[in-house]
Amino acid sequence: MAKSYLRPQTLTDVVTHYCPGCGHGILHRLVAEVIDELGIRNSTIAVAPVGCAVVAYDYWDIDCAEAAHGRALAVATGLKRVQPDKIVFTYQGDGDLAAIGTAETIHAANRGENLTVVFVNNAVYGMTGGQMAPTTLLDQKTATTPRGRQAATEGYPLKISEMLAFLSGVVSVERTAVSSPKEVLNTRRAIKDAFMNQMEHKGFSIVEVLSMCPTYWDKTPAAAARWISEEMVKYFPLGKLK
Amino acid sequence: MKKTILCSGNEAIGEAAIRAGLRFYAGYPITPQNELTAYMADQLPRRGGIFIQSESELAAINMIYGASAAGARVMTSSSSPGISLKQEGISYISGAQLPAVIINVMRAGPGLGNIWPAQSDYFQATKGGGHGDYHMIVLAPASVQESFDLTRLSFELADRYRIAVMVLSDGLLGQMMEGLTFDEELAPPAAVEKPWALTGARDRKPNVVRSLFMKRPDVEKNNLVLQKKYRRAAAREVRYAETFMDDATMAVVAYGSVARIAEAVVRRLRAKGRRVGLFRPVTLWPFPSKRLADLSRRVKKFLVVEMSYGQMVEDVRLSVEGRAAVSFYGRSGGGVPTESQIERETLRCLSAPLKKRGR
Amino acid sequence: MAKLKINRQRCKSCQLCIVWCPRKNLKLDGTLNEAGVFPAVVIDPANCTGCGMCFVMCPDACIEIEG
Repeated sequence: MAKSYLRPQTLTDVVTHYCPGCGHGILHRLVAEVIDELGIRNSTIAVAPVGCAVVAYDYWDIDCAEAAHGRALAVATGLKRVQPDKIVFTYQGDGDLAAIGTAETIHAANRGENLTVVFVNNAVYGMTGGQMAPTTLLDQKTATTPRGRQAATEGYPLKISEMLAFLSGVVSVERTAVSSPKEVLNTRRAIKDAFMNQMEHKGFSIVEVLSMCPTYWDKTPAAAARWISEEMVKYFPLGKLK
Repeated sequence: MKKTILCSGNEAIGEAAIRAGLRFYAGYPITPQNELTAYMADQLPRRGGIFIQSESELAAINMIYGASAAGARVMTSSSSPGISLKQEGISYISGAQLPAVIINVMRAGPGLGNIWPAQSDYFQATKGGGHGDYHMIVLAPASVQESFDLTRLSFELADRYRIAVMVLSDGLLGQMMEGLTFDEELAPPAAVEKPWALTGARDRKPNVVRSLFMKRPDVEKNNLVLQKKYRRAAAREVRYAETFMDDATMAVVAYGSVARIAEAVVRRLRAKGRRVGLFRPVTLWPFPSKRLADLSRRVKKFLVVEMSYGQMVEDVRLSVEGRAAVSFYGRSGGGVPTESQIERETLRCLSAPLKKRGR
Repeated sequence: MAKLKINRQRCKSCQLCIVWCPRKNLKLDGTLNEAGVFPAVVIDPANCTGCGMCFVMCPDACIEIEG
């Protein structure tokens, strides 16, 4: 009997607002699959970011809090501390986690909050029209780096995961991608591990996922996936950082 | 069993919060409210609660957003500059209808200002320092005892209306020590059902705590819900105190620590037979407009005294609507109006001729 | 023989499934769906091994495979 591939129950039965080929869609399904597999749907609380995934609560059949831009990890800290038995995770983009929310991210990690973070790195601000993000690559063109990002004026793409790996309170840091079936399945395993770390009270786990944004990379979905595996991984190498 | 202790305003607020069932507190160091944060760090973990010193006041308000979203009783405290950092969070808390208690031990501004007392955050507290149409219930204690009592009340009101409640203290009230009496056996305000809380969707549809409503009419609908709530709170929760107002022909209007100084002046002038009274708003929102409107039919002169350059005076003028003369005396930036200054202004107001007023 | 189902109305025509199908057994349909795009369709159902690569890559969970 060959394997079945069915929609996860935690994924609501609606069409998402995401663009064709957007990595968020894949990641929403992976998170839902992990929640189904671990049987934690009625004890899991998501914290949605401000960004393309701000309406993530429309796509997961679980309790969800909406946080102000950048503050998801502060909101999650409050949610988790008063309910240590519940599973709390944040789902954040690169702007939310590594620009406006840098302090909340670093300090939640440094406190070793027993939380799980799904960090979607698609190197642009999607919701607002493709502006430069902290993880925009050098020479990458965006709405706010029309001539490509220059180190002299915009600095370098931020390796937030490497920074977090230094913090003692952080238990696991992984960087994966959704740019190929192999990577998607590896991302699923990484997300599951990060959730299990929390269930086993190990502390702060983060999975950074390089994700396609065809619309603002100005590429087809397939070309965007190739750009990840050919370009992005050079600056953001995949693997277990901690 | 009644107990009386000597303690500071800041510590009275801390004790009252814990006795009111506080479960989660996040705070950040800033003078002149540090004693409250230290009190929480020492007491709360030992009395069934969680304390976090956050990385910023902004993180703290978002932490209490999260803990409140889980249904816990929450509090954060700061002083003026830190309260400015919390404004966005307060707007989100209001939009998502989360109960929360926020303590502002006001200090002189603007900018870094200094650590002396002030009342220059009145507009920020009562008119909304954040974006969007929202209100907090704002309570203004004038003593250590009242700091205690109003903090307890703030937890009750926060849960009753799913609203943010701000206790507006100041550097004077926070730091000074006075007698505090309370009933040791008094239980916290009764718990309130929170079916909307994020506790894990077991045997129910998932809850979402949010203030974003993407579909066009929904944000307006959310606002109409908030406005209805504010009207209900405004109709029921107004509080004020009056001294010698029964036969007064002139009223001094002041709140918080300034009201204490003004009261000394009013008592002394009363002793000299001057028909002066003191009107002290306790709720700055909802503001006691109706009571002031009624008074202004009989009392034709009001002197508003604040540690600011005129903020509450605008609400007094709005309430009185021209039926009486409203004059103002204020010092800010850490300056505290003295009794003699208030007395001088009161006498000037008393002797000023009454201009003809429209009905 | 695996049974592959594609929810034609939900497909956004991103073509990730088509690119990653090891047997190149998916293509864009010739008629538009409700969203006004050409959805992915199976070329030869009998040629599908049910490997699930299309399911894994689909951002819109339009594809289901009964083993």
